[in-house]
Amino acid sequence: MSSPESGSYDATEAAPHGKPRAIEWPLWEVFIRGQHGLSHRHVGSLHAADAQSAIKNARDVYTRRNEGVSIWVVEASAIAASRPEEKGPLYDPSNDKVYRHPTFFDIPDDVGAM
Amino acid sequence: MYAQMIKSTGKGVKSLDEMDPEERAFQERINAGGKIEPKDWMPEGYRKTLIRQIGQHAHSEIVGQLPEGNWITRAPTLERKAILLAKVQDEAGHGLYLYCAAETLGVSRDQLTRDLLTGKMKYSSIFNYPTLTWADMGAVGWLVDGAAIMNQVPLQRTSYGPYARAMVRICKEESFHQRQGFDIMMKMANGTQAQREMAQDALNRFWYPSLMMFGPSDAESVHSAQSMAWKIKMNTNDELRQKFVDQTVPQAEYLGLKIPDEHLKWNEDRGSYDFSEPDWDEFFDVLQGNGPCSRDRMEARNKAWDDGRWVREGLLAHAQKKRSRNMAAE
Repeated sequence: MSSPESGSYDATEAAPHGKPRAIEWPLWEVFIRGQHGLSHRHVGSLHAADAQSAIKNARDVYTRRNEGVSIWVVEASAIAASRPEEKGPLYDPSNDKVYRHPTFFDIPDDVGAM
Repeated sequence: MYAQMIKSTGKGVKSLDEMDPEERAFQERINAGGKIEPKDWMPEGYRKTLIRQIGQHAHSEIVGQLPEGNWITRAPTLERKAILLAKVQDEAGHGLYLYCAAETLGVSRDQLTRDLLTGKMKYSSIFNYPTLTWADMGAVGWLVDGAAIMNQVPLQRTSYGPYARAMVRICKEESFHQRQGFDIMMKMANGTQAQREMAQDALNRFWYPSLMMFGPSDAESVHSAQSMAWKIKMNTNDELRQKFVDQTVPQAEYLGLKIPDEHLKWNEDRGSYDFSEPDWDEFFDVLQGNGPCSRDRMEARNKAWDDGRWVREGLLAHAQKKRSRNMAAE
């Protein structure tokens, strides 16, 4: 399973993660929507020369057991990802806003279901 | 196990107090059951050991297609043939998931492939044994995939996120593999006298190589100790081997087949079977590339890579041509 958050390949053949070197096929991230109307979900990745063959390969690799009804592929190098060191600034501010959760409010039982 | 004798740093496990703050935070996260993701800071040794381990595992899946591919054209029925094809196709998928997981650590799939083809990286010793009869398809599924599952189930909890996620998918599919193998064994064991003998012969030949899959005892290994501290190895080789024997012996009894070990005996005190160790000299010899099929396997992989070159390059050239036409049209 790949992850678009990966770093670049090793220094001997430096290239950003997923970017093809001379004769390598680029890396594609694969997203599949399952049977039950849920959103597409990242399932893994694969190499392919172009988008069309990436979809064909994704069908062969990731939907052999009725896993999905729709496939998206995107070149891994085209995905922007947040950085682990941004975790604090990005997510901490929501921690002290407990009132965003419905359980914050005490509603008397007499009011009934809400 | 599909990864054997994986070398780690070789330096032994540091205590938390000996670590610098970055490494200590990393280790504490692993100790608490947290996952490490590709962009997180990680010790160089962790990264390198994982590339070796995941790479060897991936190579094993790919080379592992060969002994079974050998029987696709000669499967006894169309149904068996379709099932075997599906299984071998799964192995290719497993290789792919694992190469992708290794790629997140900064090595490309083609680089790993080159390391396999030049013999720099290894694959599991088990795939250097020949598959001589149809019963071997049963034995491989039942024993070889059974042994692989022993190791892969705990690895679903490994500390490296992409590796753990690949393992979840693989385990689901391996369960199909082991069952189809046992199904072949049941058919053979309940068949004619000749079929029963064939099944027994397959068990005789694959028993000890299957025990070798877990690797020699690593209770004293500094490499394994480090890998276990990092949670990229979850159990010792001996633990997994024992578990495999305890699970498999009753299954052999069910089939009416005899495990080829005169010292095999239930040990009431331990609640486990006592059994004979495989011949470790043979294991090291096979690992050195002197297995019965070692040369064949490497030749087959090299040939596939060389013969596929025009396809790889042709498709890439076609993709580039289309891209430049699209750009010209815009």
